Amino acid sequence: MKTLFNALAVFTALLLGYGFCQAMYVAPTEATMGDVQRIFYYHLPSAWVAFLLFFVNFLASVWYLVRRTIGADALALASAEVGVSFCTIVLITGPIWARPIWGIWWTWDARLTSTLVLWLIYVSYLVLRHYATGGQVPVLAAALGIFGFLDVPIVYMAIRWFRTQHPQPVIGGGQGSGLDPTMWHAVLWNLAAFSMLALMFVWVRYRQALAEHALEEAHAQASLDYETEGAQ
Amino acid sequence: MTDKTQQQSAVSENGPPKHEGGPHPPVVGECGVQSAVSVRDVVRHFGRFAALRGISAEFAPGQLYVLLGENGAGKSTLLRVIAGLLAPSRGSIRILGSENIRSVATRFGYMGHAPLLYDEMSAIENLEYFAALYGIEDRTRCEEAIRTVGLDPALERRVGQYSQGMRQRISLARAIVHGPELLFLDEPFSNVDVRSAKQMTTLLAKMRDTGTTIFVVTHQAALMEPVADESIVLDAGRLVAREKGIPARLLTPYLAEESAALRKQAEHRRFEVEP
Amino acid sequence: MTSAPGLWAITRRSLAKDLRLEWRSKDAINSMLFFALLVVVIFSFGFDPTAEESRKIAGGLLWVAILFATVVALNQTWTRELRNQVLDAYRLSPAPPMALFLAKTVGNFIFVSILEVLMVPLFVVFYNLRSVGPLWQLLVVAVLATWALVVNGTFFAALSIRTRSREIMLPLILFPISIPALLAMVDATTSILTGDNSPMFWIRLLAVYDLVFTTVSLILFEPVLNAE
Repeated sequence: MKTLFNALAVFTALLLGYGFCQAMYVAPTEATMGDVQRIFYYHLPSAWVAFLLFFVNFLASVWYLVRRTIGADALALASAEVGVSFCTIVLITGPIWARPIWGIWWTWDARLTSTLVLWLIYVSYLVLRHYATGGQVPVLAAALGIFGFLDVPIVYMAIRWFRTQHPQPVIGGGQGSGLDPTMWHAVLWNLAAFSMLALMFVWVRYRQALAEHALEEAHAQASLDYETEGAQ
Repeated sequence: MTDKTQQQSAVSENGPPKHEGGPHPPVVGECGVQSAVSVRDVVRHFGRFAALRGISAEFAPGQLYVLLGENGAGKSTLLRVIAGLLAPSRGSIRILGSENIRSVATRFGYMGHAPLLYDEMSAIENLEYFAALYGIEDRTRCEEAIRTVGLDPALERRVGQYSQGMRQRISLARAIVHGPELLFLDEPFSNVDVRSAKQMTTLLAKMRDTGTTIFVVTHQAALMEPVADESIVLDAGRLVAREKGIPARLLTPYLAEESAALRKQAEHRRFEVEP
Repeated sequence: MTSAPGLWAITRRSLAKDLRLEWRSKDAINSMLFFALLVVVIFSFGFDPTAEESRKIAGGLLWVAILFATVVALNQTWTRELRNQVLDAYRLSPAPPMALFLAKTVGNFIFVSILEVLMVPLFVVFYNLRSVGPLWQLLVVAVLATWALVVNGTFFAALSIRTRSREIMLPLILFPISIPALLAMVDATTSILTGDNSPMFWIRLLAVYDLVFTTVSLILFEPVLNAE
């Protein structure tokens, strides 16, 4: 396992490096926005990866409620934490992009707003995990994880309709404004790189969560054995 | 009789023969009577604290069992696990022949340390509500239950204003209104006046005589002494002793020394779980 | 012996019990009503609009005010069941957990509706509101919106009884997930009041939201109830 992890880590680093080259040097400069637009190559993949991770959280939550395996809970926790991290990247790169172009940090643009709500939902998930007491944290968290993910399509629909009713400047020019084919290379390479990066982070966090659980079990087992050893 | 009976006819006080895992088979005792409650290798921890450290026991029906032990020995925890309010961390429970406790919910009753009643309703209102949860819509049964514990069903006063003795008795009435064949009581006599306590004890004995299996957790062993069939002593999450009736040495309120001695003995008698 | 109790019978019984208990300890509803009044008054001080503007913002102000009042009401949903550990008695019985959840949700719905009946006329008075669109549409929005807040609120209140900082936990987990419903109820109300747009999309969205989350709450309530 460890060699596989190390190999993948190196591979991820290479991908990130290659993606960086693609984004910064190979991809052409955008006509209207200039070089600032290059942040898009990190903004978009982060969004996709975050969304993918929240989907993984949903699956892990459902799996946990059905099977009650501790691995499912560890995966749910890991994917939520890493997902929130990538979501934070989206929320930071968005305004960084908007400011030079539009002169404003935030416009309640449809996609960015939806991402903000997504971020809020999963941060509240992490807050619940932190504040719940007792051994039933996984059950409660799994329930909230399911609620949260089912809300996602509704959030997107609601905000998109709201924005068609009350239009505002759109950060990023939207998908529909057409990406030059040469730009797609940069997008896809960075998407691959970020996906691998997310995988590595989740892997590490997952193993850590399992280790924490094993430690609790070991302590409990030790207190069982303590009595058997004739201690008074 | 099935094949299983042949295998398990030699069941001893130490619990059923250990299986590799898998479902918990029904255990049939020497008289061919199925256990009312069957506990197998039950472990329960809260974080790093092990409240129950491997308890295995069979309990025959129609007996009154008294669970004794120091505070923190795990008596209430064990009762909650058996009643299905807490899931065991390991091990399994069988009640009335079934591992699915919900499926036999109508056949057992539970009286907790707390009253499990609504303070702002009268006795009869409380009973009617809880009886309805068991599918009983008959008001007279509720009145009957209240009378059985020696109180007046016509009393309009809110339960929150009752004395502790009266409140515990209504709590008992709630636990038996659906005519259960198995009853769990957790500290029923705490802060209760002597008259109420004696009355509850008599009632419990009468129920046992008609075939109800009863488990009582209490610190007041002396109260239970005339009616107890078996006493079960827990210490630090382990079952350390099981005796007929309540022997004199267990009647003292503080069992610390006794428990230590019993624990030492128990180590040689394989009450604990294998690691 | 006793037969397995029916879902609707238990729901009715539990709801009747809750209403009776609420009636007897009137302090809860009284303080809630006063709180609702205070919220409306304070919002009125904060925003002092002309008649034209007021139609545009009243929807938002009203629903935010109702949201805050609802959270305060929801927080005590399960408190009564935890006193004397009486929730254990329900868990031990063969009664279906779904029935308990439905009873609590409907009870909260009634409770919040009473608050709305107080707050809405006050808003109308303070903001000199007059609706351009039909009133029946406002009623539909109110019913769907209230249910949306109450169904998730009741479920999350049940989640938060197993947490530290119980009172703050409920709004923390309720608000993010309620955002699309809030958007819908605010925009629908504004659309109807101003007559600018059709509220139909929002009404459909609220209906979908209600359906999805009522179903999920009913399915997931049992493990949450027995999480000890």
